[in-house]
Amino acid sequence: MFKNTVNVGDDYGIVIEARSDKRLTATDYINSLINDFTEFHGDRLFGDDKAVVAGVGFLGKMPITVIGIEKGKTTESRILHNFGSAHPEGYRKALRLMKQAEKFKRPVLCLVDTAGAFCGIDAEERGQGRAIAENLFEMSDLKTPIISVVIGEGGSGGALALCHSDRIWMLEDAYFSVVSPESCANILWKDPGRAAEVAGALNLTADKLYKLGLIDKICRKNKMKELEDDLKKEFEILRDVRTDELIEARYQKFRKMGYRSY
Amino acid sequence: MELKRLFLKANNELENSGQGGKDRKVTCRKCQKKNTVTKIRNNNFVCPDCGHYFQVRARRRILMLTDRRSFIEMNREMQSVNVLGFPEYDDKLRGAMDKSRENEAVICGEAEIDGHKICIFSMDSNFMMGSMGAVVGEKIASLFEYATLRNLPVLGITVSGGARMQEGMISLMQMSKVSAAVKRHSNSGNLYITLLTNPTTGGVDASFAMLGDITLAEPGARIGFAGPRVIEKSLNRSLPKDFQKAERVLECGFIDAIVTRADQKSYIARLLKIHGM
Repeated sequence: MFKNTVNVGDDYGIVIEARSDKRLTATDYINSLINDFTEFHGDRLFGDDKAVVAGVGFLGKMPITVIGIEKGKTTESRILHNFGSAHPEGYRKALRLMKQAEKFKRPVLCLVDTAGAFCGIDAEERGQGRAIAENLFEMSDLKTPIISVVIGEGGSGGALALCHSDRIWMLEDAYFSVVSPESCANILWKDPGRAAEVAGALNLTADKLYKLGLIDKICRKNKMKELEDDLKKEFEILRDVRTDELIEARYQKFRKMGYRSY
Repeated sequence: MELKRLFLKANNELENSGQGGKDRKVTCRKCQKKNTVTKIRNNNFVCPDCGHYFQVRARRRILMLTDRRSFIEMNREMQSVNVLGFPEYDDKLRGAMDKSRENEAVICGEAEIDGHKICIFSMDSNFMMGSMGAVVGEKIASLFEYATLRNLPVLGITVSGGARMQEGMISLMQMSKVSAAVKRHSNSGNLYITLLTNPTTGGVDASFAMLGDITLAEPGARIGFAGPRVIEKSLNRSLPKDFQKAERVLECGFIDAIVTRADQKSYIARLLKIHGM
């Protein structure tokens, strides 16, 4: 019955490791990958969500829009960035800048690292669900290439809102899950202690998701130069694809996930 | 072909009576008053004493909102597979099928409302809390593609706890898949109306439930992304009474109108007429 018992401990270990405050955060990636990074603020509707760091710069010689979910490093900056849990404004800022990228024909790079969208009264009343839905809706035919890289935590809908992309990549030590193992164990068995066991069953690691055909590439950790080269290469390939073909391919990519493929 | 199924009585306290001549009485959860099943049913499954909304099952919803005998079901045979070998999922699926007498948590098809042809999907809370896995995603995405091809409006009745954990990331990706299909339907100039019912939460709220051209809700329905207990726990205080209730969500600007059960069919028919569908 429990087919995935083999690597159960390891998978939960990856989740724990992905949450570590010693990890590189989105800002570290932006600083090493992007030249002349210029940050932009605000969603033009309500405010500026500091859980999402976004702006423009160069990847090599290519002008690019970058959107990252930032967790912060020190206690102070973690509070500032709300521990990487975005409010609706964060997702709306991301969408605003993606639309801007479409207008100026810049590709978009999303760096995903979040335990999940923020759970709170304000976030709900300003439309957390609607904000995530709108990103999926609009990204599905955004007329410019998008690559998303999960660099740490891929926490459910809050992470997915930046992953409706042409390519979804994951670091080998990142995870991407429909639910946190703790919540899952709590909901199923009222026992958060069984998180390690359920982490294996959730198939949330990069290699398992790759095998399921849900992500496109596993990136080696601590290989910034390699990641930069891979991104440049992939964006060049995507840039040469005709826009209607790019959007059709993006549609088919998600269309085949699920029922028909198993 | 599908008619036979309509006579199969679902395992629900308001659905399986009226046979054998005896009209059972059901206690309202809210006011504790007893009424006969027939009386509640004739009152659109609303408590005659306090106005409490009883859960209505997916198939019954379709009967209530569409013209008699107009509904033709699509993709009914699709059943979920425990792709990840998730513990206890096979048993849960079997239990859900027994309980709901349905193959999955959504019913899709074509129907007419006051003669207007539409595509309709209706979710069932009796099937694993209306949760969305690969089959639910596939059925709804297929329905939108069908509607796009034939230029038909879509009416979606949602009730869901969100993405189905037992299918892991495959479930989460259904949010993307369906949202993309909704976008294509929208781009082709077609109308999408959602009717949000209690509860519409999680991954369904954060995808196709919130993407209607016109968003309607039932009175008192819980509509939101995060579960109230999760928020309560993380904030360490109790939540306002109207939190995530349709009336409050409307005040916040995310719903066009709250429509009572008695009015739903004529209201939706009017919208279809205005859009020349």
